[in-house]
Amino acid sequence: MSKGKLKIFLGYAAGTGKTYQMLTEAQDLKARGVDVVIGYFEPHARVETIAKTEGLEFVPRLRLEHRGSAFEDMDTDAVIARNPQVAVVDEFAHANVPGSTRLKRWQDVMLILEAGIDVLTSLNIQHIESLNDQVWHVTGVRVRETVPDWLLGEAAEVVMVDVTPRALLHRMERGVVYSPEKARAALENFFTETNLSALRELAMRQTAHQIEERRTAEPAPAPQSPTPVAIIPRSHESLMLWLTPHPATAMLIRRGRRVADYLGCPCTAAFAESSAAQLEDHVNFCRLLRIEVQAVPGVDPSRALAAYARARGVTQIYVTRHTPDLTKLVNQVRDMQVTIVSERLRNS
Amino acid sequence: MIPKRPDPDALLRQIQTGGRLKIFLGYASNAGKSDRMFDEATRRKARGQDIVVALYPSTSGSVDQSSLPGASALEMVPIDQIPTRQPAVCLIDQLAHRNPPGSPNPHRWEDALALTGQGINVVGALNLQHIAEHQDAVERITGRRAADSVPLSFIHTADEIVLVDILPERSNLPPDQISQLRELALLVAADVVESQLQHYLDDHDIHQSWGTQERMLVCITPGGNARPMLESAARAAERFHGHMLAVTVRQPDLPRPAEETLRGYLDYARRLGAEVHVIEGKDPVGAIIAFAREHRITQLFAGHTRQPRWRFWATSSADRLIQGSEGMDVRLFPHVVYP
Repeated sequence: MSKGKLKIFLGYAAGTGKTYQMLTEAQDLKARGVDVVIGYFEPHARVETIAKTEGLEFVPRLRLEHRGSAFEDMDTDAVIARNPQVAVVDEFAHANVPGSTRLKRWQDVMLILEAGIDVLTSLNIQHIESLNDQVWHVTGVRVRETVPDWLLGEAAEVVMVDVTPRALLHRMERGVVYSPEKARAALENFFTETNLSALRELAMRQTAHQIEERRTAEPAPAPQSPTPVAIIPRSHESLMLWLTPHPATAMLIRRGRRVADYLGCPCTAAFAESSAAQLEDHVNFCRLLRIEVQAVPGVDPSRALAAYARARGVTQIYVTRHTPDLTKLVNQVRDMQVTIVSERLRNS
Repeated sequence: MIPKRPDPDALLRQIQTGGRLKIFLGYASNAGKSDRMFDEATRRKARGQDIVVALYPSTSGSVDQSSLPGASALEMVPIDQIPTRQPAVCLIDQLAHRNPPGSPNPHRWEDALALTGQGINVVGALNLQHIAEHQDAVERITGRRAADSVPLSFIHTADEIVLVDILPERSNLPPDQISQLRELALLVAADVVESQLQHYLDDHDIHQSWGTQERMLVCITPGGNARPMLESAARAAERFHGHMLAVTVRQPDLPRPAEETLRGYLDYARRLGAEVHVIEGKDPVGAIIAFAREHRITQLFAGHTRQPRWRFWATSSADRLIQGSEGMDVRLFPHVVYP
């Protein structure tokens, strides 16, 4: 049995119309005789979106009890048992309710795909892990529900669902997106026209990148390049992230992952064995983002890591400004590039 | 009658006080763009907005009532009667379309501008292959060139653009062409959003860099080997669809060979697509940091050199650069003596 195909409807905020467009597609598929079901749908009391589910089959939700409270979530087993051709699963980045078999909805989606069922799902740009710092920088909001970047690579298609920030703000004000109290809080923080514009631009560029990744042919011509650009010599690159116990290392990991993905080059990580005990979280985070991690023994950490990088054919070492012995390292690895990643801070 | 198009400056002033222009941008014909536009129009009408569709004589082109899916529920008004009818919103499909001889304006997009000048909001639709500045690129992808076009500046004039990124169930275009067109349309839209956002921030005196587009800056000195840095930055700019700049701090009394080396680097930077700047500053590191901030740089490329004459770029300078470059990645290149 071949794996199902994943299609992601990418938006830049709640209320951009991802679910609406996804359901429109589900209706089109049904009209063509495709067996479509709704595995999970979050109505958010949005009348126009709810109307789009009319005539589509719902797989009943699973009811869970956790510490005396009742929760509902997708019944993954029931979706797989129903075995449709296509399942609609809203909110790809959703964290499952406590007590669920799996932590994240995307893990459930992977199971459905493995059962040979195609999945249509929705995702916002701020849920992409490697953009977490940038999203915080733009909005001041630290998004907790994230998906690792490689998941987007699993999708057969990523399409952008666009709406103008102005139209989105009107929807918010009309109470289409959130309840009035929630809308007021959102309008004050996340939903300003400039924040939304910045997120929207990120979503457009991310979708363009996803499209380019799926194609073996040349990248699309750069917009507005009037003069032909000289041929840029190709070169092999390989990134190595130097993990330290400093909290800024999480940002280093996200940034390194993102740059390596865009450059299309390998990304690994290493740390001094002596600091292993304080690095468990960072190491796990690397693994989640599919970055191979290696502990390097040695009395002089910067010398040992430089030697290790050299032996591995690394061209760029990624560090934070808080890396101990940074100046020493920079001097020691004069045959390699050192990239110092610094935090994106907020002015306000 | 709709009036003739006024001069651009006057027009710009009018637009600020006049009607709003909203454009639906598609990556190809038959990719759902007009559907999206009419879908929105229908919903606006349901909310009570006075919205009409501009009707063009069918002899002038393909558009008549039957070819506008979803438009039948909307009032159709001949284009020359729109100013008298004074709707709140007027829909114009296929903005690049040429008007028949004798019309007040040569193209529909100019009708759109004339109407916004009269305080009527216009919602229109347009495809990537009709943007004049991108027609070469589209022709490289599809082998075809659309006869009519609109200038990119028209799109930048719009108050809002909406990108329609819908995959058609069936298409005449091969998948690889669709993929390249979609990517280009997304990047064009991202650039419009970026420039509108920047204008807004500038207008409101907000000095904030959000790094939504990656911007690379290569610091060039005559002492180090700038070529590998320029090539790396150019590759990164290409892969990120970002923007590349190169900067050098002017040094008085530079010996002739060093000056020639420097000129060679700056020429190479230009050939690789960089925007090149020569800046002044007694404190080169400080000048570069200030320049990088002003130009919203996200990745700064610098090299080491130990040649005594250009000592300012020694390790202590790298330290200062790292400490001063908050919000940017600093990529330090190994010192290689240029042969």
